[in-house]
Amino acid sequence: MDRLKRLKTLRVFAEEIRVTTLKELSYIGFGHIGGSMSIVETLAVLYGAVMRYDAKNPNWPSRDKLIVSKGHSGPAVYATLALKGFFPESMLRELNLGGGRLPSHCDRNKTPGVDMTTGSLGQGASAAIGVALGDRMDKAKSFTYLIVGDGELNEGQNWEGFMFAAHKKLGNLIMFIDDNKQQLDGFTKDVLDIGDIAEKMRAFGWHVQEVDGHNIEEILNAVNAAKDIADKPSAIVLDTVKGHSVAFAEGIAGNHHMNFTPEQINEAISSAERVLDLSRKALLERG
Amino acid sequence: MFKVKTKLEKSDVLMRDKYCQTLMALAGDNEKIVVLDADLVSSSGMKPFFKAFPDRAVQCGIAEANMIGIAAGLSLTGKIPFAHSFGTFASRRVCDQIYVSAAYAKLNVRIIGSDPGVTAAYNGGTHMPFEDMAVLRGIPEITLIEPADPVALGDIIRQLCDVYGVYYIRMARKSVISVYQDGSSFEIGKGNVLRNGGDVTIIASGIMVAEALTAAYMLEAQGVSARVVDMFTWKPIDQTLIAKCAEDTGAIVTAENHNTFGGLGGAVSEAVVKTVPVPVEMVGTLDRFGQVGTESFLRQEYHLTAEAITEAAKRAIERK
Repeated sequence: MDRLKRLKTLRVFAEEIRVTTLKELSYIGFGHIGGSMSIVETLAVLYGAVMRYDAKNPNWPSRDKLIVSKGHSGPAVYATLALKGFFPESMLRELNLGGGRLPSHCDRNKTPGVDMTTGSLGQGASAAIGVALGDRMDKAKSFTYLIVGDGELNEGQNWEGFMFAAHKKLGNLIMFIDDNKQQLDGFTKDVLDIGDIAEKMRAFGWHVQEVDGHNIEEILNAVNAAKDIADKPSAIVLDTVKGHSVAFAEGIAGNHHMNFTPEQINEAISSAERVLDLSRKALLERG
Repeated sequence: MFKVKTKLEKSDVLMRDKYCQTLMALAGDNEKIVVLDADLVSSSGMKPFFKAFPDRAVQCGIAEANMIGIAAGLSLTGKIPFAHSFGTFASRRVCDQIYVSAAYAKLNVRIIGSDPGVTAAYNGGTHMPFEDMAVLRGIPEITLIEPADPVALGDIIRQLCDVYGVYYIRMARKSVISVYQDGSSFEIGKGNVLRNGGDVTIIASGIMVAEALTAAYMLEAQGVSARVVDMFTWKPIDQTLIAKCAEDTGAIVTAENHNTFGGLGGAVSEAVVKTVPVPVEMVGTLDRFGQVGTESFLRQEYHLTAEAITEAAKRAIERK
């Protein structure tokens, strides 16, 4: 597949994830919409182009792993997994239902394809480091991908892990920092200012790239560059918007976890479907 | 099967050395064993392991939360991680990491918390875990074990390479009183009746097992027949044995180097009230903080002695 077509295909996949996530959230009428929307393009790149996995054998030992430390982004992760065939899309109706397989925060024991249980912020990095270390002990070729939130970086355990990963030269660990500039109580600059994330990661000894987190090509290029760095863990700082492209949620305060009306969510779904159609048309165009 | 020593003497091998020797013997054949420490390799006695198996020994630095998360991640790749720190930092400091990343995620992690209670001695109150087991006992499905001596420790560490789940081992680091003869074997989740008796049962753990045996001899001299149980597994607690002891002897004393609140006293009492309600007296630190001192000073200070157990036994019998 030529490069442009590949990018267009990933764009379609990203819009499919967005539509599917919104539909999934619509069934129960509330949820973590903000942080789900901000990582859609990253999930599209990971599951559409980068990661090695077998949807029919989710525990295939040689797979690449993804740990979504910002576990509240479960809805976007579940939509992605369903679209890739880890489980039927009909299962997305179980989001947040008692006894269901799709809890608000990612759970490796409930959802096929979820590699680690997360939700208590700050813990996913350490687990990802353990996986990367274990794979290296086994001389496995696989990569461990990690998604953390910018607000999540408030948690000190991350920085214990960042120090460790650089010290151990974990080149098989690639972390995305979803820099959507917001956390539950408001904007990160007001709640607890993290400052220059990229500069901090460089100071911690990581290979760092900064990209537009909604730009498929930039994310893909950054991952490919990160994979070539053997002697350092890689951080890709994603410049994102919390609630991206959802009119009633995008960039506004209080969009971490929202209740919404059927009209609001249906309008968001229609709007996302129009974008999906456009992306599909673009894929069919030559050049 | 286990055999109790006829004479109570200090062990000739240190607990930490037994920990290291046992894992070194196992690691040769089992490539999945990985050891982690948080800047306490010199204290945990694991230097020989780090030297012999550098690729499977992980120095995490002074970062216990990260260490537990790494252990959880390692187990995702099939490794069998043993992570050590002092009991204070291996339990209360990392409670949520053990809860979420290890237990709730249903991963396969062993945590060694050393220097239980008064054995922390000169490190003092900040380093003296009287609450580690209580902190962790509320975590579903976790197994909590306090071996009494090197023989018990070695056999339990060996077993921990063949089971799955989250295990916390409360381990004295130095020399302790030997209770068991070499070759004894232990069943996790079952208490050991070390001595039979009909008037009262002393249920003890860790360094208090030897005190309980001494107390039983002292009580015998006073005409009281005391049964002694080594309840080395605090969770899941051996409710069947506790009920039988309550039924047979009609009174129970618990003895622990730990706060009785949420500790062995609490765990045994829960079993007693659910099965055969009989008087229970508790020997342990009664909701107090630790402090600096020699172990013998601290044993006296917190009444963790055979004499205190003897007095508690008499009180329990009086309440029948």
